[in-house]
Amino acid sequence: MVSSIINTSEIKFGECNKKLLEEVIFYGISLGADFVELFIENSDNSSVLAEEDFITSVSPSFGKGAGIRIFKDKRDGFVSTNDLSKHGLMRSISQAIEMLDITEKTNNSIFNGLNKLKDYSKSKINWINEVPTIYEISEKLLLSTKCLKKDNKVVVRKGSYSRNWQEVIIASSDGTYATDIRLHQTVGLNLIANDAQYRSNGSRRFGSHGIPNEFRLWDHEKAANEVYESSLNMLYADYVQAGQMPVVLANKFGGVIFHEACGHLLETTQIERGTTPFSDKLNKKIAHESVTAIDEGLSEGSFGSLSIDDEGMEPEKSILIKNGILKKFLSDRAGELRTGHKRTGSGRRQNYSFAAASRMRNTYIAKGEFTKEELINSIADGLYCKSMGGGSVGATGQFNFAVEEGYLIKNGKLTKPVKGATLIGDAKEVMPKISMCGNDLELAPGFCGSVSGSVNVTVGQPHIKVDSITVGGR
Amino acid sequence: MNATEITNQIKHTANILNIDKWDYGASFSNDYSVQVDRGAAKQLKASQKQVITLRVWNKENLVGITTTSDLSETGIKKALKQANIASEFGNKNEFTDFSPLAKDPIQVKEIDKKNPLGIKKLLKILREAESKLIDSHEAIKSIPYNGLSESFYERIYANSDGAFRNYSKSQAALYLYARAEEKDKKPRSSGSVKLGYGVEDIDIESCIKEASKKTIAHLDYSSIKTGKYLVCLSPEAFLTIINAFSSLFNARSIIDGVSLSDKNSIGDMISISALNIYDDGLNDKNISSAPFDGEGTPTKKLSIIKKGKLENFLHSESTAKIFNTIPTGHAGLGSKVSVSPDWLVIERSSDCSELNMSLEHTNYEGEFVYIEELNAIHAGVRASQGSFSLPFEGWIYSNGKKSSIESATVAGDIKYLLRNIVNIENEEELTTSGISPHIWISELSITGDE
Repeated sequence: MVSSIINTSEIKFGECNKKLLEEVIFYGISLGADFVELFIENSDNSSVLAEEDFITSVSPSFGKGAGIRIFKDKRDGFVSTNDLSKHGLMRSISQAIEMLDITEKTNNSIFNGLNKLKDYSKSKINWINEVPTIYEISEKLLLSTKCLKKDNKVVVRKGSYSRNWQEVIIASSDGTYATDIRLHQTVGLNLIANDAQYRSNGSRRFGSHGIPNEFRLWDHEKAANEVYESSLNMLYADYVQAGQMPVVLANKFGGVIFHEACGHLLETTQIERGTTPFSDKLNKKIAHESVTAIDEGLSEGSFGSLSIDDEGMEPEKSILIKNGILKKFLSDRAGELRTGHKRTGSGRRQNYSFAAASRMRNTYIAKGEFTKEELINSIADGLYCKSMGGGSVGATGQFNFAVEEGYLIKNGKLTKPVKGATLIGDAKEVMPKISMCGNDLELAPGFCGSVSGSVNVTVGQPHIKVDSITVGGR
Repeated sequence: MNATEITNQIKHTANILNIDKWDYGASFSNDYSVQVDRGAAKQLKASQKQVITLRVWNKENLVGITTTSDLSETGIKKALKQANIASEFGNKNEFTDFSPLAKDPIQVKEIDKKNPLGIKKLLKILREAESKLIDSHEAIKSIPYNGLSESFYERIYANSDGAFRNYSKSQAALYLYARAEEKDKKPRSSGSVKLGYGVEDIDIESCIKEASKKTIAHLDYSSIKTGKYLVCLSPEAFLTIINAFSSLFNARSIIDGVSLSDKNSIGDMISISALNIYDDGLNDKNISSAPFDGEGTPTKKLSIIKKGKLENFLHSESTAKIFNTIPTGHAGLGSKVSVSPDWLVIERSSDCSELNMSLEHTNYEGEFVYIEELNAIHAGVRASQGSFSLPFEGWIYSNGKKSSIESATVAGDIKYLLRNIVNIENEEELTTSGISPHIWISELSITGDE
């Protein structure tokens, strides 16, 4: 047996825990920590899967836990535990103190107690009761998979829903004391079409934050038609021929490239690691002058929005790049301490078992002046990437993205669909080549995995034109 | 509470709630990890985790499930109630039951008990490793991705029919990914990962040497011309590809229509006859071996491809029932039970007449691309279509000389790849995900910068 099973909890959500939290924080400071932060979480999640015309999986889950972080100079120690008893929290503090090798009280930190509670959860208490029931979800998911059944080429139909409800208490030795409730809902549709040797996939995901009724309002017919159309368009597509070419990237999820290839390089965690080419480029040109890029946590209902970040700070609107000039990095507490860049309300984590890190929220390229048609008309021979799949960025900044739905551009017109395309490059080289931005900015939800786990984000952009990029194919 | 007490607690609460049939899987762990940045402790982490997944069967024999980290009496009661509610939505088309093998004997590996070294010692070891790696070459400026961790865990499976099994284990991991830079050249990065039952089992020196050698080797890079090339896949790269397309032999994927195989594919020739593939979770060299799966079925060695023929699928209890066979020990535990391989072993079969034995990556003098590591698997593999397009780290060899490839992707089709293997080298290598020799493919599309 490696650990005793924990069955006590003295933390009460929805009530004042101030005295207990103060005691725990004071304990850490008294042992010599410069800074102590507690992140306490209560979660209640649920997911439902519909396949063909049946519900095949309903998976509820719930839990509680705490993440305790201690700073000493510029070092930090993080302990997570499911033990929310006073004893458990104190033990975690001791463990973090021991990790940092703090043997005597040499700090000058003073803990004056927690501030008055900032309660961001007040208007959100009933969210958990207002979300759709499993019966409602099941019914609507089955309607959506039914809508995917257009003809006998459709061989796999799936609809999935997930709801993550999270209640948090954040308390730290600088007096921060806040509570919040977060509610994220997503719904996705997936289809596989098949005809002889031809096979294609179509998928879309939709999501929101803080709108309990959102799923009820979701237009499942429109979504199903979009997924069907996309997969049927790609069913008989030829493989794209590899090479260097101009591309137009569609709006909404097209923004995933900026998020992955450039956005991550503007997080202070990357400066700390020495893995961003932009660390010394503040107020210097890093992109074409047509590019202005923003990261914010404020757009109502957007998947990456939040009332406070996971360090208790209200999010700000951060203009990252203005007309091609780098203006700001996204920073969390550790980032500010280690790089000097001021916090931006971007300290985020998947849950209590991760320490917060600087992460994106709703990230997008601002709209420009061109229509989508003007972008396409400007290309004689290139590729239109209507729908992007996932991608990744390596330690040297090189990115690679799959194009889920692509069309060749010939003499300014969209022609035949092509499959198997990947976009390859690195941000430093590609950012100056974004020469035209459309006027049709739209956002799309997504999940971003990084150092502090998987967090909900929004990506977005208008249609954009990249003058030249390597397209991988056959 | 211990594992027996928690089982009794569930039994007691289930009785009160009038739930006759249930099972559960639980995991308890203590984990410690460190990261460093040029000598300074970067992040030090410890965690105590507990999680339990409970399934209950209702009177109509439909299954419901709940997962929780709250193992208090109240938490267990809530979980059983929630699972009972969820069971109303159980899949009526596919009945799940206990594994018929959940009480069969299991093989638990005898491993010396390891004790936690503790954060301070982990930090000291990692600092030294980082320093040695930076000192190994002037171009290596930092080790941006590094970590040393140790984990101590216990897994349990029990059901209302009296099955009860558990095991405790420890595991340690070291990873070092260096970044090298030279003037007027793009930065290059590569690394190494090593596993052990404890930190003392990890060959730290070899991890440092391997990370250094691989990173430095990539410093002199050049672009590759887009085209079709003879390709040699490293053991790691070939295992990555086979794992990514494991839906080919996964019964769950076949039932769900997302596999290129179908129910009648057993016996089909899917590769050249020189290829054998096993799943061997209990292999002595598999550090992560588990004696039973999520449903309590014992882990066993299973032949998947023998002399090119598809010989077996991986099964859970419910897929086995549909295929009229027995579970193979590859199930997870969920509302819809997933199936996945444990640890693959690739080998050359006795029928190697089709192979060109002169293709050896250490001495072949013709032109070929050597793929050391494939990246971005989640984005570049279309398992249900059989296609892939993946960035890779590797070299182009010509006339016995090698040059690192700057930035490129390899694209192809899994069925084509398996049927166009032109050599399976003799020597098998141990990797973190299995065992394989180097595998040669006659031709794959490579996209480079030129």
